[in-house]
Amino acid sequence: MIRAQLPALVVVVPLLAAPVIVLARRAGVAWALALAASWASFAIAIALFLEVRSAGVVSYAMGSWPPPWGIEYRVDALGAFVLVLVAGTGAVVAPYMRRSVAAEVPGERLYLFYAMYMLCLSGLLGIAATGDAFNLFVFLEISSLATYVLIALGRDRRSLLAAFQYLIMGTIGATFYVIGVGLLYLMTGTLNIADMAARLPAVAEPRPLYAAAAFIAVGISLKLALFPLHFWLPNAYTYAPSAVTAFLAATATKVSVYVLLRYFFSVFDASPAFADVPFGPALLALSAIAIVTASLVAVYQPDMKRMLAYSSVAQIGYITLGIAMFNKAGLTGSIVHLFNHGVTKGALFLLLGGVAMRAGRASFDALAGLGRAMPLTSFGIVIGGLSLIGIPSTAGFVSKWYLVLGAIERGEWWLVVLVVGSSLIAVAYVWRFVEAAYLQAPGPASPRPGEAPLALLVPAWLLVAACIWFGLSTSFNVGSAASAAALLLGPQ
Amino acid sequence: MSPQAAIVLALAIPFAGAIGIALCHRAPNLRETVTLAAAVGMFLVVLSLVGPVLEGSRPALFLFEALPGVGIAFRVEPLGMLFALVASGLWIVNSIYSIGYMRGNREEHQTRYYVCFALALAFTMGIAFAGNLLTLFLFYEGLTLITYPLVTHHGDDEARRGGRTYLGVLLTTSIVLLLTGIVVTWAVARTIDFAPGGILGDAGLTNAALAGLLALYMFGIGKAALMPFHRWLPAAMVAPTPVSALLHAVAVVKAGVFAVVKVIVYVFGVEPIAGLASVDWLPVVAGFTILAASVVALRADNLKRRLAYSTVSQLSYVVMAAALLTPLTVIGAVLHIAAHAFGKITLFFAAGAIYTAAHKTEVSQLDGIGRRMPWTLGAFAIGALSMIGLPPAAGFVSKWYMLAGAMAIDHWPAVAVIVASTLLNAGYFVPIVYRAFLRPPPAGEAHGEAPWTMVVAMVATAALTVAMFFYADVPLALARGVAGG
Repeated sequence: MIRAQLPALVVVVPLLAAPVIVLARRAGVAWALALAASWASFAIAIALFLEVRSAGVVSYAMGSWPPPWGIEYRVDALGAFVLVLVAGTGAVVAPYMRRSVAAEVPGERLYLFYAMYMLCLSGLLGIAATGDAFNLFVFLEISSLATYVLIALGRDRRSLLAAFQYLIMGTIGATFYVIGVGLLYLMTGTLNIADMAARLPAVAEPRPLYAAAAFIAVGISLKLALFPLHFWLPNAYTYAPSAVTAFLAATATKVSVYVLLRYFFSVFDASPAFADVPFGPALLALSAIAIVTASLVAVYQPDMKRMLAYSSVAQIGYITLGIAMFNKAGLTGSIVHLFNHGVTKGALFLLLGGVAMRAGRASFDALAGLGRAMPLTSFGIVIGGLSLIGIPSTAGFVSKWYLVLGAIERGEWWLVVLVVGSSLIAVAYVWRFVEAAYLQAPGPASPRPGEAPLALLVPAWLLVAACIWFGLSTSFNVGSAASAAALLLGPQ
Repeated sequence: MSPQAAIVLALAIPFAGAIGIALCHRAPNLRETVTLAAAVGMFLVVLSLVGPVLEGSRPALFLFEALPGVGIAFRVEPLGMLFALVASGLWIVNSIYSIGYMRGNREEHQTRYYVCFALALAFTMGIAFAGNLLTLFLFYEGLTLITYPLVTHHGDDEARRGGRTYLGVLLTTSIVLLLTGIVVTWAVARTIDFAPGGILGDAGLTNAALAGLLALYMFGIGKAALMPFHRWLPAAMVAPTPVSALLHAVAVVKAGVFAVVKVIVYVFGVEPIAGLASVDWLPVVAGFTILAASVVALRADNLKRRLAYSTVSQLSYVVMAAALLTPLTVIGAVLHIAAHAFGKITLFFAAGAIYTAAHKTEVSQLDGIGRRMPWTLGAFAIGALSMIGLPPAAGFVSKWYMLAGAMAIDHWPAVAVIVASTLLNAGYFVPIVYRAFLRPPPAGEAHGEAPWTMVVAMVATAALTVAMFFYADVPLALARGVAGG
């Protein structure tokens, strides 16, 4: 039965596409293969999502070795939701890549670009699909190594430095993660995450567990760019090729959040040793600082891509804030924001890619008068911006609604003030775009009138439409997030 | 036509109109015809709802579920009915006026102007008919955003500054305070539907929590311009005058006080909170705004600025009257939404006519202008009469109910505020009329009346102002429906 193979297929299809692409070499063929593989992955992810919704957890024993001895792929409500986000973004970005990447990456390296993109996609999907702690590390490294290459392929030479920075930070993060997993393996004798959770309460000595949790927390926080471990992100996002930025912004950090949720709610939560470890307050404080400082820094960036990168650091702060609230509304807000922010930032970076293609860059002096020169692109950016602020009828509003609700349920008013007050800083940075695009006359750096090609506009506007769709019709995103949150918090 | 279809059409017609206007951007006459057709169509549709609502039916329409348990839903009750009626009716008049103003002043980007205007009216209908707080908030924010291009229409530095204040104050208050209020309401009551008698009755809020929640709403609804969140309104005066007239005397500001009354009547409920010590700060703040804004208006020489502060003051009448929490003052509040709309749009129309015909913006320049523009200044005088609250103008009716209500509950400070502000209103409107008609005009002026479309519009709204004094039956019946009397 093909349905039983879905958890493996979703990862294997893009993974196998990578070597085929290298063999094919021709840029057009490479792109077509990548497109086919990412659409296939998306279809499989949707099938898997439906399967999980009807059947609960879907488990797949790799090579028919039963868990906990073999590698188990285990997809639950949270994993399926993340898989849909990652594969969906991949499916939207792939058609965008042909024109955009051809304009930014040298022709003879295009097939390598697509091969790396496939590896990155399959790595990120693998993280969300696997139920094995070490296998997760392998996928983490696959996606990370592919990401370094993708960033380094940016046309600005500073992309090399950005990739190197990320390589150092990412490697430290992955190493920390694997040290943590090693300690857990020592204490429990298993690498299967579900099995680990079952055996953890029996571990008498808490100290190695604390060390494991600390290593995993710091390692994953590096990957998800939690303040103050976010320094690699702005450069990486700014100098990577436009399509890569959009893809990473929508998926990479989100998958890392998934890992954090998986460990802290499915594994460590099971052990009584963690009952009085103040992870929550620490995460809360860091999230709050991330939201405020990164938003403020974003306001003063001269380049829009960089501004949105800092905005991402702040928005990740909202996601971790919801986790730290540790109640159903907050966690729902966190998971739904993981999705909503992915869609929003994906749309914004794709649209900016169109600007970069027409104007050569996305600095604010190039954006002057953009409302006239590229009306559809500008209007799309405004809608994405409204979603970042959290204006009702956009996806961002839904996230904010749940985060505020979570804060009220905790009875902590400063959190309410933080969440709604920080939206105002988002107003400030989104407004910079509006003033540049609509109220300034075109300058010497502005592009000549003319829209981005349809191959760029259509995928970007698909995501813009999704920003509004998921703000008005929330049964998919809120429904999935709520069931994932219920699953993580367990019967209370 | 079923009432549900009427609700949909009231929103859909201006939307379709906006598309039609955009498509006709090369043919100005056709474009303006589309605007007028949409305005008339919308008014007729809204009018068709009046009968059923007066008979006691409450047409409702549930579109879809936006958040679990909360949908985008509409429900037409008397208060929204009156607001929709006033806004849609005045859109027709304002469109006629706009044609004269925009052409007379050779404004640019006229298509964008008419498109945004039509969309603003669509959002206004959404506010008027909203069945719950989420729907109200959705259209409230939409109205803020869609009116921004209208405020910054001229695109110069002054417009940009004004637009920044406009957006800054309105978005800040709504995102930080109003949204929080709505989420808190949802958290404690598990519903945010508007219901007669309020929805917080069983929530068991303490007095302090109730006072805090009320403050979140009252200051969060920045469009009601309660001090200290009133600055956006004078800042918005950089807009072309028809925008100030319909949006910043009728649609936008009335959306604010409409939301205030709606929240007090249908979220808190008049009965449950009447007499509570935790809510008696609100008449004080509103009373202060009434007097302070009047004092500022007294000192303003720029005509539009004077009118803007007069609006700030008049809006707080509505807030104060609603906050006194008796049926009579609630009737007064509801009536004042309509009465002030008619009077103030007349005043703004006159200010725009003076600017178009004579290019004068300051009060001190208006010596003897009434002799050259008798229709304009005649209409202005009637509008001023209504602001002061003298018969035979609409303002008298609403003030009468407010005074009667305040006296009935022995709220003498409110009575004193109304009396004092009446004197202040007279203090800043009578000199204008005096100057225009009785001072000799400066030599060497050769302008006549404004374009005829503007004069027609002005006379129409002035006539409405007087008509509401003599024929207040429908507004009064609707207001009684709100107050439950």
